[in-house]
Amino acid sequence: MAQSLERQKAKPHLVEEWVGKIYTLICILFLIITIVSLVYFVASKGLSTFFVNHVNVADLLTGLKWSPDGEPALYGALPFIFGSFSTSLLAALIAAPLSFCAAVFMIEIAPKFGRKFLQPVIELLAGIPSVVYGFVGLSVIVPFFRDVFPGQGVGIAAGALVLSIMILPTITTIATDALAALPKGLKEGSYALGATRWQTIYRIVLPTTLPALMTGIVLGIARAFGEALAVQMVIGNAPHIPRSLFESASTLTSAITLNMGNTATGTVANNALWSLALILMLMTFVFVFIVRWLEGRSKI
Amino acid sequence: MKAKTADKLATSIIVAVAAFIVLILAGLLGYILFRGLGHISFDFLTSAPETIRKGGGIGPQLFNSIFLLVLTMIITIPIGLGAGIYMSEYAPPNRITNSIRLIVEVLSSVPSIIVGLFGLLILVNMFGLGFSLFSGALALTVFNLPLMVRITEQALKGVPREQKEASLALGLSKWKTITSVMLPIALPVILTGTILAAGRVFGEAAALLFTAGMSSPRLDFTDWNPFSPFSPLNPFRPAETLAVHIWKINSEGLAPDAAQIAAGASAVLVITVLLFNFAARWLGRYMHRKFTAIK
Amino acid sequence: MQPIAMSAKDLSVSYGDSPAVRKVSLDFAAKQVTALIGPSGCGKSTFLRSLNRMNDLIPNCVVTGEIWIRDQDVNSPSTDVVSLRQKIGMVWQRPNPFHKSIYENIAFGPRYHGVKNKKKLDEIVEESLKKAALWEETKDRLHNSALALSGGQQQRLCIARSIAVKPELILMDEPASALDPVSTSKIEELIAELKQDYCIVIVTHNMHQAARVSDKTAFFLNGEVVEHDLTHNIFTNPQKPATNDYITGRFG
Repeated sequence: MAQSLERQKAKPHLVEEWVGKIYTLICILFLIITIVSLVYFVASKGLSTFFVNHVNVADLLTGLKWSPDGEPALYGALPFIFGSFSTSLLAALIAAPLSFCAAVFMIEIAPKFGRKFLQPVIELLAGIPSVVYGFVGLSVIVPFFRDVFPGQGVGIAAGALVLSIMILPTITTIATDALAALPKGLKEGSYALGATRWQTIYRIVLPTTLPALMTGIVLGIARAFGEALAVQMVIGNAPHIPRSLFESASTLTSAITLNMGNTATGTVANNALWSLALILMLMTFVFVFIVRWLEGRSKI
Repeated sequence: MKAKTADKLATSIIVAVAAFIVLILAGLLGYILFRGLGHISFDFLTSAPETIRKGGGIGPQLFNSIFLLVLTMIITIPIGLGAGIYMSEYAPPNRITNSIRLIVEVLSSVPSIIVGLFGLLILVNMFGLGFSLFSGALALTVFNLPLMVRITEQALKGVPREQKEASLALGLSKWKTITSVMLPIALPVILTGTILAAGRVFGEAAALLFTAGMSSPRLDFTDWNPFSPFSPLNPFRPAETLAVHIWKINSEGLAPDAAQIAAGASAVLVITVLLFNFAARWLGRYMHRKFTAIK
Repeated sequence: MQPIAMSAKDLSVSYGDSPAVRKVSLDFAAKQVTALIGPSGCGKSTFLRSLNRMNDLIPNCVVTGEIWIRDQDVNSPSTDVVSLRQKIGMVWQRPNPFHKSIYENIAFGPRYHGVKNKKKLDEIVEESLKKAALWEETKDRLHNSALALSGGQQQRLCIARSIAVKPELILMDEPASALDPVSTSKIEELIAELKQDYCIVIVTHNMHQAARVSDKTAFFLNGEVVEHDLTHNIFTNPQKPATNDYITGRFG
């Protein structure tokens, strides 16, 4: 009887096994095809500016003037590249120390209160949609800057400030994990030698967690770099390199957001926007590889 | 003595920064709710927007957001679960798997505006889906999938190995083991992650500008035939969501009460996201308690 | 003399480049308990886990050699592992009941193997729990979570779960090492009961336990079987000096 039961069962479970294998394989293939075609299409569209429309790569990367309607039409994307880098780096510069303090607070100073209160706060900050950040930036930060500093209030400073709040959760979460993963003996050894908490943090905790902190910062920069709408709403969108932080500027994302709908597919102006998207995507890859490299180092 | 002073100073700075961050959130939420709540009424939530007159609502946008979220999750969850299961249970530990992991990581960090552009190129133009809910849902799927895959993979990796072994040792197939033993244990983590992902989808706008579109036809809420062009349920009509609407009225709003509408819509968006957040937190805790409870 | 239920021939296991079990050949007789003893890291658990191909789950773990159950080679790549495992029950070091009710823990396997009849399932559950000496304690709360049971009860539930699919032999990997003395003695009594129907292979750290429950004992050292004999002989008159050193507590 055991034999017959086994014969009878032998088939269904093999079929089941194959169904599962094939189903999950199809899902992962879908994912792979999606990303490969995404990269392929963005790259081919972005490169067609150079190969089909014969715009010079160097001109696009270093040109200071973006005027697709001008005579001759100019596609200088440096103002956008500059805007993207300056806002995201500045945002990281503001957010990184705050995040580090928040992480130290949660792990070293008040773990109970931190876990119960600060952590949910940070998670909520991460959940707020970017258009809401843009809206608040537009209705609070921009008017404030307009009153305090010369200019219209919009610009890199406003963009960076909005972005810094948006990337605060990213950096804090990673910093917190890094601090929490620190072996206990390391800190205790330092305390046992009579070091104060700050000395321990400064001399032991900070150096050992540095690669992980850097990972958080790079991820934060990556997120800021790719953020479109919140920045677009507060930066002013003037296509030139500003002379001050409080002067209207543009980023790669804001230029794409604003102009993609106004250009016809296949025109040089449209393809040039795809080139901006390509730059954005390549920068994303760079960030991912930096993060991978840092993660590899933090394991040692 | 000096070291102690430095310690005290540093500690107070750190505490001050922590308080400052809490204040930022409180200020942010307070501001949005304070500005927006007064504007929220039943009428505001259900009536159609006005282009130049005041008194417009966000009814269609709210409906679009919810409908789009549902569509997106219907597409994302089965694919995300499948791909996550593959990564966690079937992928052999070799180079190919590592590169797939890298690919997922890359996809998860591609800016959403690029996902939107990709959607515009492939879905809207090449596949001829036009600016539609369906294009939007697919774009959001691309945007959301890596997260779902990672959530599923990590949740399954968190299942104790003995549970898996116990099921296999009883002579159950691997697939049955995954679906009947491992997934139920991983469920609380997967659900919590999915709800948080849903919150992210609900607030996403950049990926939708060029896929679901920036306009909404006059919807006839009495027509529930999904093939009728004015039916709210028609997945092939353009659909401006709440998040896109906020962006649009802030950048090109003409109505005299645009600022109030933006505030009200932001408040609605934030409240919804908060609800998602609390739901995820509560559900996670509830299920954890249910599974580990000593009755 | 009982017939042989399972036999391993020249079984070797390695993790990547480091060998864990080297060319072990052992026969396990039906209705007998064989204890595998030895210091930690000697390969006894690895050997046990190879017997139902559990090591398939561990990447870069390579098992070579033959394992015969009647006329079937367990270790052959063409073997249908899934239906094979039904014949071999397994009990782990830490109790690992499914996160389901007591009833479901036991009915889960048989239902998958084709028993759909509710009455039949009820019978299997009752019978298995009785065999595992757990029926009296649980009959009134069969639909409560299995995780609410005590550690010893959970371990007996795991035994009940494995006998519910009617295996021919049961592998036990230090089944009592995570339990208190009272639960341990219950498990040992249970093993004595179960051997009337099953071939049992038990890995244990506890030499007294091996002496109490087993008919035969195999002493493992550095991935090899140093000595395999009747338990009585091993503990009273070991033939190899290493065995003698181990059972008298000089190492391990």
